[in-house]
Amino acid sequence: MRRRLAMALSGAALATILVVGPTLACGGLIGPNGAVNLVNTTTLAAYHDGVEHYVTAFQFQGGGGAFGSITPLPGVPSSIEKGGDWTLQRLVRETSPQLDFQREATPAAAGAVEIMKVRIDALDITVLKGGAADVGQWAQAHGFRLPPDAPEVLDFYAKRSPIFLAAVFDADAAAARGQAIGDGTPVHVTIPTPNPWVPIRILALGKSATDQINADVFLLTDRAPAFLPAPTGTNGMRLDHSDAATQSLLDDLRSDRGMSWVPASAWLTKIAVDAQASQLSYDLAIDASGQGMPSYVQAGFDAPQTIVVESATWTRLVVASILALALLILVVAFGRPRAGRLTPAR
Amino acid sequence: MSRNRARLIGAGLVSLAMLFTVATIVLAATRPGPSTSIQIVIHYSHFDPSTVLVRVGVPVTFTIRNDDPIDHEWIVGDAAVQQKHRVGTEVVHDTLPTEQMIPAGETRVTTITFAQAGTLQYICHLPGHEAYGMAGLVTIR
Repeated sequence: MRRRLAMALSGAALATILVVGPTLACGGLIGPNGAVNLVNTTTLAAYHDGVEHYVTAFQFQGGGGAFGSITPLPGVPSSIEKGGDWTLQRLVRETSPQLDFQREATPAAAGAVEIMKVRIDALDITVLKGGAADVGQWAQAHGFRLPPDAPEVLDFYAKRSPIFLAAVFDADAAAARGQAIGDGTPVHVTIPTPNPWVPIRILALGKSATDQINADVFLLTDRAPAFLPAPTGTNGMRLDHSDAATQSLLDDLRSDRGMSWVPASAWLTKIAVDAQASQLSYDLAIDASGQGMPSYVQAGFDAPQTIVVESATWTRLVVASILALALLILVVAFGRPRAGRLTPAR
Repeated sequence: MSRNRARLIGAGLVSLAMLFTVATIVLAATRPGPSTSIQIVIHYSHFDPSTVLVRVGVPVTFTIRNDDPIDHEWIVGDAAVQQKHRVGTEVVHDTLPTEQMIPAGETRVTTITFAQAGTLQYICHLPGHEAYGMAGLVTIR
C-alpha cells in the first residue's frame, strides 16, 4: 500500500511542492537578518480523544545552523517523532484539483526550561517552557537572531501557553545525510489539550506589514468544528474545504508512519491563510466539541489578564476621585432647594 | 435667605477653585519640560518616550532600560551619524556616550551635554529595528 501510494503521490507531490511547497508550518522562521521569506506552509492539526496531532515539515535551507524556527504550542507535548512521509501531500491532494493525476488518485539558557529535546534526522528540536523574555533569551543564546517584533509576538503567545518548540537544522548532519536544500523533514507532535488551537500570528513574525503570507491549515476533527475567527475570506483566512473525510483519505493517512490513531470517521477542513502580514493579529481557536464556542482567549482576542493596578492608574483614580468630589459639592450647592420652598404653605 | 445663598455661592466658588487647582496640577505634571535626568524604556522594540526635551549646554543623564528579550542600540545624532550607522558594519559601540548598546534585559546609563540647539534623532540600527519604528527625537533648546 505504501509503495503504491508513494508512487501515486510522487508526481502530485512534486507538483504541489513546487506550487505550495510544504515547508514549515505555523512557526516563525528566523535567519541571520531576521525572518526568511517562505513561499507557503502546510500543517495538519488533528484532534481526537483529547489529543492534538500536529504534523508539519521543516525544510532544510542550507547554511550552518544560522537559522531555525520557533513554534508556539498549546501544551506540553507527550511525544515528538518523525512524521509520516506523505500525510501532508495526501491532504493537499484531497482538497486540491488534481487534473493530471486524477486516475491515480484512488490510493535552556536563562529562564527558559528545556523540557524535551529530540533529534529527528538532521533536525534538533527543543521544547521550551518559559515566558517571552526567557524564551527570547534562550533563542538568542542558541544562535537565533530574533526580529524586532519577536518580543511582542512571543509575549502574545507566552501569556496563553508558555510552551514553544524550537527547531534548528544541523547543517553538517544534513549534509552527511545527503539532504539537499529544500528537502523537508516531517515532524509529528502529539499534544494532550482540551481543545486544539493553531498559531497563525507567528506566521507574520519578522515580516513587513504588506508582506504576503500563504499557508494551508488542514484540520481533522471528530465532528465539524467551529472557528474563531471564522474564515470569512476577508480577514486573511478562507474556508477551502469542509466535509466528512473520505474513507480513502482516512485509510491512507492511517497507513502512514505514526498515524494509526486516525479514527474510523472524521471531519476534514482546509483553511487557506492568504493575508498580508498586518492582518494576522490572531490565532485560530477551534471548538471541536460540538458546542460551537471557540475561545476568545485562544484566538488571542482576549488575553488572560490578571488585574494589576499600576501606579499611574492609582494617580488617575485619585485625580478622578477629587474631581468627582468637587462635582458633587457643586451639585449639592447649586441644586439644593431653597429653604423657603420646603416650608409648608400653611 | 441671602445668607444661605451667599453660603451656597461660596461653596460653589470653593469647588471651582478646587477643580482649577487639580486641573493645573495635572497639566503641569503631564507637560514635558527640559530635563537633566531622563529614563527611556525599550519595550516591544519601541522607545518610550519617543520624544525628549533637553537644555543646551546642560549635562543630561539618560537611563536606557531594555525590557525586551533581544538586544537593542540607542544611537543619538544628526542625519549624517544615523546614515553612517545604517550602512556601517561596526558591531560594538562602546566609546561614545551617544552610542549605546543595551543587551536584552539590561540597563545602560550615559550622560550627554548637547552643545547647540536643534533636533537630533535616536535610533536602533540593528537589522529591521528602525523600520519597525525604533526611533525617537531629542529636541534641544
